[in-house]
Amino acid sequence: MIRATGLTKDYGSRRAIENLTFEANQGEIVGFLGPNGAGKTTTMRILTGFMPPTYGTAQVAGFDIIEESMEVRRRVGYLPETVPLYPDMTVYGYLKFMADLRHLPNADDMIDEALELVGMTERADGYISNLSKGMRQRVGLAQALLHKPEVLILDEPTIGLDPAQVVEVRNIIREIGKQRTVMLSTHILSEAQQICDRVLILNRGRIVAEDTPENLQARLMGAERALLTVRGDSDGLAALLAKVKGVKNVNARPDGGVEFQFEPGMDVRPEVARQTIQAGYDLLELRLLGLSLEEIFLELTRDSKISR
Amino acid sequence: MRNVWTIASREYRHYFLSPVAYIVAFLILMLAGTLFVFQIQRTQSYIYQGYYPPAPTAASSVINPTAFMMLFAAPALTMRLLSEEHRSGTIELLLTAPVKDWELVVGKWLGAFLYMLTVFVITLIIPIVLNRLVEPGIDVKATLAGYIGLILLTAAFLAIGTAFSAMFNNQFASFFATLIMIVILWWMAAWPANAIQNAASFFNYLHAYAHFDSMVKGSIALKDIVYFLSLTVIGLFVGTTAIEIRRWQ
Repeated sequence: MIRATGLTKDYGSRRAIENLTFEANQGEIVGFLGPNGAGKTTTMRILTGFMPPTYGTAQVAGFDIIEESMEVRRRVGYLPETVPLYPDMTVYGYLKFMADLRHLPNADDMIDEALELVGMTERADGYISNLSKGMRQRVGLAQALLHKPEVLILDEPTIGLDPAQVVEVRNIIREIGKQRTVMLSTHILSEAQQICDRVLILNRGRIVAEDTPENLQARLMGAERALLTVRGDSDGLAALLAKVKGVKNVNARPDGGVEFQFEPGMDVRPEVARQTIQAGYDLLELRLLGLSLEEIFLELTRDSKISR
Repeated sequence: MRNVWTIASREYRHYFLSPVAYIVAFLILMLAGTLFVFQIQRTQSYIYQGYYPPAPTAASSVINPTAFMMLFAAPALTMRLLSEEHRSGTIELLLTAPVKDWELVVGKWLGAFLYMLTVFVITLIIPIVLNRLVEPGIDVKATLAGYIGLILLTAAFLAIGTAFSAMFNNQFASFFATLIMIVILWWMAAWPANAIQNAASFFNYLHAYAHFDSMVKGSIALKDIVYFLSLTVIGLFVGTTAIEIRRWQ
């Protein structure tokens, strides 16, 4: 469980994050989404006890991050953005070092489990310096999972992985997220859409939106959008559609399709289809366009349009 | 305490993979060995000519040259201790693990200290051999006092290096800051004593060489032990404070 209240961090005169208040519950995967420099890493560093906030406070796994930092650190697994590894150590040696620092009673079993989870069992005796970027990322993840933390904080966990590894790591995170609290940051929108139960969109140190990926989509859609495609020449189609009652903002796309909008609840598609066919066009496709998280994100980070 | 040991033992093992540590060990052992052989030969040739000069001692062949080498060895061995963790980002791992800042700093220092103790153990060959060469054997008490002085001096110098390493990301900055600090304590600390008569005893007390030299001459005085131990504690305290301050930035 994570509960942050009014977190603010100043680096000198620059304010990195401002008055962040949010929660992440057990069994929930919460995504921090935002462009570079939005304050994602700063927030995570505060939650993990790496640095104190300038103002505000937070509770992680039931303990105050400032007053009870050691208790928090015992219960948090953290994968920083630059994976912190010692290249001169073997994978096993590195995890053993971390297990010792965490005073794990049955270190070897827990190391085996963590290695198994990230699929690195065979490379346990290899030196970290010889590992590829994807493998290093997985060793970093093993380190974060080693002590079975109640709260897992992952800063850009899939960055630098190849597509197959990305899928694997996402599956691991989803699995862990069933019982524990996971907070991850990403600037890959589809990732947030796929694995997060809830998304916090961060821009310039502020939360500009917070909701489930589905609700965010719904909230931003003031109008329904649809796309119409016909075979061959679509000249004059846009003009035709503009005359249909309820159709707004007709836009002929360079690929020949025509996009248009209409008020939600006033479905104009049957009428559009009729008119198109009557005018002699061969109708190929008429479908609704959802607003992708990508578009929501751009929309929000451009001018902070939505308030919480 | 357990964390201190975990960190120290990782650091200690790391030295055996580090070229810098091998160079330090090589230079110390080579200088001590060469001086020892040279002093034995010189004494031998005096004896052939009918003189009976004072025999070489552990101080002249091992302890003094090793102490001199520590001026450079301490900055070289400590420069990467915390600088490297900051530079590579692994500091984030250590500062978010359930480890107190002082445990980290003391662990790092202890790793370096144990490495130097290992090198010192190798140098013991020289007093042992010397003991068989001279009659009636070496002055064991003075040798012991000298080694204690060397060990205390090493502890203090390494603590100073650890402190600077906690302050800088750049290893060279850490190296030179440590070197300058040590050189000031070793050579120059007592210089203002003549000029500032009121504080003469204070500046004389700061002078590291005086404390060390008195131990090499066989006297184990509390004030000398306190001097080196205070330097060590201050160094480790400053290092811990530096880590804490950097968290806030």
